[in-house]
Amino acid sequence: MQFEYEIEGGDFSSAGKASSDIKKILKQLNIDPQIVRKIAVALYEAEVNVVAHAYKGVMRVDLDAQRIKILLEDEGPGIENIERAMQEGFSTASEEVRQMGFGAGMGLPNIKRNTDEMYLTSLPGKGTTLEMTVKF
Amino acid sequence: MEKPTLENLTEDLGFACLSGKTWLSRTPQSAYVSDLLSDVMGKARNGMIWVTSQVHKNIVAVASLKELSAIVIVNERPIEKELLEQAEREEVVVLASNLPAFETVGKLYNYLDGRC
Repeated sequence: MQFEYEIEGGDFSSAGKASSDIKKILKQLNIDPQIVRKIAVALYEAEVNVVAHAYKGVMRVDLDAQRIKILLEDEGPGIENIERAMQEGFSTASEEVRQMGFGAGMGLPNIKRNTDEMYLTSLPGKGTTLEMTVKF
Repeated sequence: MEKPTLENLTEDLGFACLSGKTWLSRTPQSAYVSDLLSDVMGKARNGMIWVTSQVHKNIVAVASLKELSAIVIVNERPIEKELLEQAEREEVVVLASNLPAFETVGKLYNYLDGRC
């Protein structure tokens, strides 16, 4: 099964829609609830990253009996230093975004902890691509 | 001792239930306090009560995705109708405390400690 969601940069009121949609689908498929919750965390953090940092992005979800694969491609400023971005506590989020309780520098570490595979690549000035896989 | 439900807790601690009255039969599993959404995403466990002073709509998505039993908003923060409507749709219980976070959490801790 494949699903595709468009994510609009800056649109915080819609953040989480794709994640909650996928979560519902996984629940209907009777995937282990603990794994569903892990996927929900990773999806939400990834979605919020696009909303908080990029201009727009697409989330593509590929689902089969063994695993879920999620690909997020965004157009945005990209990430200068991925190693630093992966460090807990590091964030380039704006003051406005931080006041909402985002931008604590925990999003990417949360994604890493809740997925089996995670690949992050970026072209500064162009955008970022995040690929993650969770096995069932 | 029987585990308290959200309904017991709401009444005993003097919180107001603003959304999700249908789900007050949930029995909370401890609580987590944070105003950082990723902190809650990363560290809170399902069934927990989440104490926060954040009042924007994203808290509903976090509570729903993490399957938290309720959100307790502290300090009489103004809460928009839209947030409560979304909470209702996503089966999220929103409670309001008229006390600041410290006192709210103190009451909750005494109430839940040893009971869940």
